[in-house]
Amino acid sequence: MNVALVKNETGSALSDSFAIARDRLPGTGKVAAAREAAFAAYAQAGLPHRRIEDWKYTDLRALMREVLPLAPAPDTAEFSRAASAAKLHAIDGVRRLVLVDGVFAPKLSELGGLEKGLVIRTLREALETGDAALQALLFTPDNANPMVALNSAMMTDGVVIDVADGVVLTQPLQIVHIASGTVPAAMFTRSLLRLGKDAGATLVESYIAAEGAKAYQVHDSLIISIGNNSRLDHVRLNEDGRDASNISSGVVSLGAHAHFNTFGMMSGAGVSRYQATIAFAGEGSRVETNGVNLLNGKQHADTTLFMDHAVPHCDSREIFRAVVDDRAHSVFQGRIIVRPHAQKTDAKMMTRALLLSDDAEADNKPELEIFADDVTCGHGATTGALDESLLFYLRARGLSEKEAQALLIQAFVGEAIESIVNDGLRELAIAAAQRWLEARG
Amino acid sequence: MSLLEVKDLKVRVEEREILHGLSLTVNPGEVHAIMGPNGSGKSTLSHVIAGKPGYEVTGGEILFRGEDLLEMSPDERAAKGVFLAFQYPVEIPGVATMNFLHVALNAQRKARGESQLTTPEFLKKAYAAAASLNIPRDMLKRGVNVGFSGGEKKRNEILQMALFEPAVCILDEMDSGLDIDALRVAADGVNALRSQGRAMVVITHYQRLLNYIVPDFVHVMSKGRVVKSGGKELALELEASGYAQFEDAA
Repeated sequence: MNVALVKNETGSALSDSFAIARDRLPGTGKVAAAREAAFAAYAQAGLPHRRIEDWKYTDLRALMREVLPLAPAPDTAEFSRAASAAKLHAIDGVRRLVLVDGVFAPKLSELGGLEKGLVIRTLREALETGDAALQALLFTPDNANPMVALNSAMMTDGVVIDVADGVVLTQPLQIVHIASGTVPAAMFTRSLLRLGKDAGATLVESYIAAEGAKAYQVHDSLIISIGNNSRLDHVRLNEDGRDASNISSGVVSLGAHAHFNTFGMMSGAGVSRYQATIAFAGEGSRVETNGVNLLNGKQHADTTLFMDHAVPHCDSREIFRAVVDDRAHSVFQGRIIVRPHAQKTDAKMMTRALLLSDDAEADNKPELEIFADDVTCGHGATTGALDESLLFYLRARGLSEKEAQALLIQAFVGEAIESIVNDGLRELAIAAAQRWLEARG
Repeated sequence: MSLLEVKDLKVRVEEREILHGLSLTVNPGEVHAIMGPNGSGKSTLSHVIAGKPGYEVTGGEILFRGEDLLEMSPDERAAKGVFLAFQYPVEIPGVATMNFLHVALNAQRKARGESQLTTPEFLKKAYAAAASLNIPRDMLKRGVNVGFSGGEKKRNEILQMALFEPAVCILDEMDSGLDIDALRVAADGVNALRSQGRAMVVITHYQRLLNYIVPDFVHVMSKGRVVKSGGKELALELEASGYAQFEDAA
C-alpha cells in the first residue's frame, strides 16, 4: 500500500473541506490562527494508522477511511427529528443541553432558571466574543494527537459551563449529541466544564442518532478542570448509530483534594475511540474510572486512558469491562505515569473482557511508567467466556441459554453501573445496556 | 405411569464410562435414597438427569412422565418439573437473589404457558416461602449465594424448590459441608415439601442425612450400577458394615 498517496488523498480532500468550512467556523484573530496551526498539524499527520503505536489496534485509515465534510446546519425538519430522538436519553431533573449535528439547539435545551453560580454559554459565543484567557483555555489540548488537532481546527459549537467556587449543583447537566442529518457528514464539537473550588457537579454526555441519520462522524472533545476540594461525577453513554464513527477526547485536570468519578459505556457506533488524559495537579485527589464496552456485529471500540500522576498522594482506580460478541473488537489501552516526585501514589488498573464468540477480540495494553519509588501501582487483566457452571445453574432453574447469558452479562456490567451515584443516570445506563442485550435477541 | 424412569443408563465422561447400565424407577410421593462410596457415579446420575453438559449418554434412556428427558434442554426439564439441588450451589455476583428467583420462576411459567407473576405477586410468594425456611429478607437482596454460609446456600436451594414446586427433586449430597444444626434446618425444609404428588431422590454418602429425611427406598450404588435396593433399614445396615462388601459385588 502506498501510504503517502493515501495520506495525500485524505489530506487534500479535507483541506478543501476546511477551506470551504472556514467561513462557518467561529472565531477570528488568534482563534483563527490557532485553527490554522491545528489544521496544519493534522494535515501533516493525516488519519492515524496502525504503524503509530498509540493507534495500532485502531487504524482509522482502514476503519474510517476519510473525514467527512462538515455537516450542514440543521433545518427545521432535522431539529424536529432530533427532538424525538432526545427522548431516548431524557431523564427527569436533569438540565439538558442539546447539540444537533454539532450545533447548539437552544429550543431543545433548558437554559432557564440557572442555579446561582452556574454560567452556560455556547462554544460559538466563547470563540467569537469570549475573553482571550477563555479562548486560550479552549485550545488547551496540544496538536500532538492528530484527531485532537483536527477537532481544534474544525470545532463548530459546544457548551462552555462554569460553576463558581462553593457551588454544588443539585441538578445534573446533560450534554446530548444528536445526529440527524440525512447526508453523510461530520460534526465537530468541543465543550468545557470549569468547576471552581469547593464545588460539585454531575455531568452526563449522551450520543444518539435521530431516525434516518446517515453514516455520520462525531468528532468531540471535552475539557474539564476540577478545582480544589471539588467533586465531579461524569457519565458518558454512547448509543450512536451502527454506521457512525465517534472519535472523542477528554482532557481532565484535578486540583488538590478533588474527586473525579467517571463512568463510560459504549454500546453504539460502528467505530469509536474515546481517548482521555487525566492529570493530577494537586495533592490528595482521587479518580475512579469505570468503562464498559458492549459490542457485537462488526463494532470496533477503543478506550485509551492516560493517567498522569504528577504530584504526590493521589489515588486512581481504573476498571474497564468489555462484552464482545460476533466479530466485534474491543480495545483498552491504559497508560499510567507516576512522575519522579509523585510519592505515595496509589494507582490500580484492571481490565476484564467477556468474549461471547470465537471471532470476538479484546485487546488490552497496560503501560505503567513509574519514576517514583514509594508508590503502590498495579494492573491486572482477565479474558474469558461466560462461566459454564454459572450458565448451567441458571439453565437448570429454567432460563434459556440467551436468558442465562443476558443475566450474567447484566451482572458483569451491573458492577460497573453501580459506580454511578445518581439514581436517574444509573437507570439510564441500565436501560442502555438492556437495549443492547435485547437487540442481541 | 412412573414419574421418573431411568432404564439401563450408560454414561461416559470423555473416554471413561461412569454409569454402566443403571436403572431406577421413582413414583409420585416416594422418597428414594441413593447411597454409595465416592466415585460410584451418584453425582453423575444427578447431573445427567438435570442435563448438565459434558456427559455422553451411550445407552439406555430416562423418561419423565413417559417423555424422553434426554431430548430436552436443561431449562425445558426445569419447566417440566425436574429440580436438582446442587451439591455446591454456585455464587453469582451481581445477580440479586430476589431478581434471579423471579426471572427463573417466570421463565418456567412462560415455558408452561402460565401467566407471568408481577413483582408484588412474586414478592408475596417469595417472602412467605423464605419465612418458612428462616431465610431473612436481607439475604434475598444479596447476590445469588454470594457470601452465604454452607447452610444458607442449601437453604437457598430448598427455597427454590419451594417456589418452583417441582415434581421431582434430586438432592445431591445435601449434607456436605453442613453442621448438625444446619442439616436439621435443611432437612426440615425438605420434609415440609414432601407430598403425595412429589418425589425426591436423595443422594448421599452418609446415612446421617437419612435420620432426618427418612426414605421409602434405599439403593446402593457401586461402580456405576445399583447393586442393592431395599427399604430404609438398608441404610442402617450400610452404616454398620460399610460399602466394602458392595465394591466386591459390583
